[in-house]
Amino acid sequence: MIIASQKSVREIADNLTKHKRISVAGCGTCVAVCFAGGERESEILASALRMFFKLKSRKVEIRQQTVKRQCEWEFIEELKENIDWADIVVSTACGIGVQAVQKKYLPKRVLPGLNTSFMGMPTSPGVWKERCLGCGDCVLDETGGICPIARCAKNLLNGPCGGSQNGKCEISKDIDCAWQEIYDRLKVLGLLDSMNEIALPKNWSTSRDGGPRRIVREDVNT
Amino acid sequence: MKSESRLEKLLNAGHFAVTAELGPPKSSDSNIIKQKANILKGYVDAVNITDCQTAIVRMSSIAAASILVHLGLEPIAQMTCRDRNRIAIQSDLLGASALGVNNLLCLTGDHQKFGNHPESKNVFDLDSIQLLKTVKDMRDDKKFQCGEEITVEPRFFIGAAANPFADPFEYRAFRMGKKIKAGADFIQTQIVFNLDKFVKWMETVRELGLDKKAFILAGVAPIKSAWMAKYMKNKVAGMDVPDEIIARMEKAANPKEEGINICVDIINQLKEIKGISGVHIMAVEWEEAVPEIVEKSRLKE
Ligand code: SF4
Ligand code: SF4
Repeated sequence: MIIASQKSVREIADNLTKHKRISVAGCGTCVAVCFAGGERESEILASALRMFFKLKSRKVEIRQQTVKRQCEWEFIEELKENIDWADIVVSTACGIGVQAVQKKYLPKRVLPGLNTSFMGMPTSPGVWKERCLGCGDCVLDETGGICPIARCAKNLLNGPCGGSQNGKCEISKDIDCAWQEIYDRLKVLGLLDSMNEIALPKNWSTSRDGGPRRIVREDVNT
Repeated sequence: MKSESRLEKLLNAGHFAVTAELGPPKSSDSNIIKQKANILKGYVDAVNITDCQTAIVRMSSIAAASILVHLGLEPIAQMTCRDRNRIAIQSDLLGASALGVNNLLCLTGDHQKFGNHPESKNVFDLDSIQLLKTVKDMRDDKKFQCGEEITVEPRFFIGAAANPFADPFEYRAFRMGKKIKAGADFIQTQIVFNLDKFVKWMETVRELGLDKKAFILAGVAPIKSAWMAKYMKNKVAGMDVPDEIIARMEKAANPKEEGINICVDIINQLKEIKGISGVHIMAVEWEEAVPEIVEKSRLKE
């Protein structure tokens, strides 16, 4: 899923200098699961903003509403009443949701309430880790199911580099070396020989380097 | 001969080679390069020119290498994958060759996190092994990475780095084998302080026959102080400094002299190891130490 974290209340409030009616829009999918922008978190943000403006003695009305997903038009529709009412909207969806809501409700302004960070998963309570960069040409079959693109600091295809020590990456003692993990995994899978194969230069045109991507499916697009 | 490299000629003739390192300045001052080059001249067979080492902006390695060519020294230009994509890399290689640079060391490059522009984007379009193959294909097949033909190809004596002290240890010799398969003609290793581990690594290297397929130059370096020894042990990724060396440095009345003595001791032991074709002296920002090390270890006789 998509992992995000909240912007500070101050950063958000800095953009709300002259507004009297603010609508905070939560999203009930990925960002709810990672405790960044779901029902609960967007309610907390709304209260924090109320408090912030109260301390500044500013009269501001704030409404809050969460929809199932902000990345599909049919769910965004449900936000209409509260957004029409507001002078400005703060969305606590990922960057995709913010863009969709902004497009739908022009000329009203929609601001991001989160920093959208990566595609990943929780690995222990309170810890989320990146797992995929969406490179568009998956090599997990060659690397024992551990992604070198997202998890190696240099996205090497022929790792580990000379900075790998004690299972950790050269950039930090808190970051596991993805290639040590790949080595260990291939050993378990009985595929260690493949570490001697030269992985050729990757075709990055399927990743963001090829420009904004789209997928068109005739079978769905009837 | 695969190139016009003098280093290649020397190694092929069975000469025990000595290379050193020269870090270009953090400025446009060519005099610094000339001063450093003058210290090394006559003592070493070739000089590595680092490519924005530790991700700190310095004068371009190819430009500095070209200055060395004019001074009559044999440069080994270093090329990392951190700052350039395959278009820029190949373009720079054509230029380096045209400027008379005949040796190239292919590296992945240090991550920019600890450099002086930690907010930069990195590239890593290729990794060191893919870079080696690209340089070899340009030379031997006269082809760009995309497959297009090159009319006048860059002919480099191709080098790679190997770190016997990184993990997983049992894979390290194999990874060097992969680099040789990809195109490396010579190898320069990480600085050797832990000789026992290095000897063990060399055993696997010989079992795999890799010392017959490429020239292996063992990395060495003089340490300036006990503090520096500890810093390298604890803070520099991929370094292995045994406690005995730290103890020797702590006890020394004249640490600089002791650092040089340790380096000479290590070189003398390296000379005895089968499969070692030379040494690479990395006296970073201490080029003055190189002539003394070369003389004391009788590398030029
Ligand atoms: S190889 Fe590409 S698609 Fe596969 S997990 Fe990694 S980034 Fe995602
Ligand atoms: S230490 Fe491991 S994870 Fe870090 S850059 Fe090197 S190979 Fe990649």
